[in-house]
Amino acid sequence: MTSRTTALDAVHRALGATMTDFAGWQMPLRYGSERAEHQAVRTAAGLFDLSHMGEIAVTGAQAGPLLDHALVGKLSALAVGRARYTMICDAEGGILDDLIVYRTAEEEYLVVANAANAQVVLDALTERGTGFDARVRDDRDAYALLAVQGPNAPLILGALTDADLAGLKYYAGLPGTVAGRPALIARTGYTGEDGFELFVAPQDAEPLWQALTEAGAAHGLVPCGLSCRDTLRLEAGMPLYGNELTTATTPFDAGLGRVVKFDKDGDFVGRAPLAAAAERAAQEPPRRLVGLVGAGRRVARAGYPVVDAAGTVIGEVTSGAPSPTLGTPIAMAYVDAAHAEPGTEGVAVDIRGSREPFSVVALPFYRREK
Amino acid sequence: MSNPVELRYSKEHEWLSAVQDGVATVGITAYAADALGDVVYVQLPEVGDTVSAGETCGELESTKSVSDLYSPVTGEVTEVNAAVVEEPALVNSEPFEGGWLFKVRIDGELPGDLLDADGYTAFTQG
Repeated sequence: MTSRTTALDAVHRALGATMTDFAGWQMPLRYGSERAEHQAVRTAAGLFDLSHMGEIAVTGAQAGPLLDHALVGKLSALAVGRARYTMICDAEGGILDDLIVYRTAEEEYLVVANAANAQVVLDALTERGTGFDARVRDDRDAYALLAVQGPNAPLILGALTDADLAGLKYYAGLPGTVAGRPALIARTGYTGEDGFELFVAPQDAEPLWQALTEAGAAHGLVPCGLSCRDTLRLEAGMPLYGNELTTATTPFDAGLGRVVKFDKDGDFVGRAPLAAAAERAAQEPPRRLVGLVGAGRRVARAGYPVVDAAGTVIGEVTSGAPSPTLGTPIAMAYVDAAHAEPGTEGVAVDIRGSREPFSVVALPFYRREK
Repeated sequence: MSNPVELRYSKEHEWLSAVQDGVATVGITAYAADALGDVVYVQLPEVGDTVSAGETCGELESTKSVSDLYSPVTGEVTEVNAAVVEEPALVNSEPFEGGWLFKVRIDGELPGDLLDADGYTAFTQG
């Protein structure tokens, strides 16, 4: 299978990006130093191409009820102009994908899926939408997605738009123009920083990238690849589908049970097994998602076993990286509940045959000052 | 970054300096450093250790992955680069200079499959 390129492919190559295949897309991994890109987002601003994300429009009089049935959240209650983090589960309560859903009009929603899962989500929404007075539309080719993330993002975007950014709350989105081009401007991201995501027509992506680059030049904006996006989200304790979230995991296993809304009209896919999962999580969770901070310098990577003082396997690392902000290795791991309390003694990660001590900590590793 | 002509190269992307008084310096190439991304931790053999051509003798941790370090020659380690242990980013910024990894007193002949700069450049572009 040949991988797809985004509308910004020529820009990435001109910038000398190291490209990587990600979920069938050729995406920039980094432009230079991924640690420098990471620090730029924490202290100034970064510009990302996220056009691989999968957009699906759901429209019609029963768009809300359709999503209430198909997803675990209560999207009918979402106000126009607001966004919500939610999930789509299978009939057994396993997570098919985590999503951000924007209500763009009274009878219109934009569902944003992970690139690797976009087709699965599209198929599931289409199938689950049968019988509702609503339509599910594949809008993957309708949008390029740019993100400006970091403390200087409001300054940079503010120079290019008349939209009321000050009035745009976290997890809100409004239609506007940026550098004269129409965009859905959303105050969302996956970095743990303030910032915006801009859904634009593909032909507008390159001029918009250039305009943002120019406006950001005086504010420390640098182009950023997927490598730093991963360390940014990990520091912020945000799960990644395929790592922390899989079809073998329920939202409750991942500590994200709050996204499941049982108080909605009608049935929804996965309700009964999710109710059982909620009860299990409240009473005797088999394992919990925790943060781990390494005492040494070796990095715990996804798939490495977590062990106790006796060397018994008590869990598994799902994501791990050297944290640019903390300067130490950090990881997320599913760990037996008996060892999941922050401060639990004797926890280690088996790093290629040697036991390296790690501390159990509460997530996230990093929280921005507001 | 071009590959210096005075060095020899292994297919595991290590470089070996010219041998002086039986001792040569080992590092990883700019190509390898670029592929790794920002190196955050290097684990090197210790002085006095015996290393063998084509066998692992340490590891390099970067943001995205960990990679084994292979010795391009057989011999005894005479010195390790303390500066690169302290500041692993030197592997990225000066792979052929300040980012050198260790020195080895070579035991016997050099392996026959080491490449010259042109050969290594062709290998990485192949």
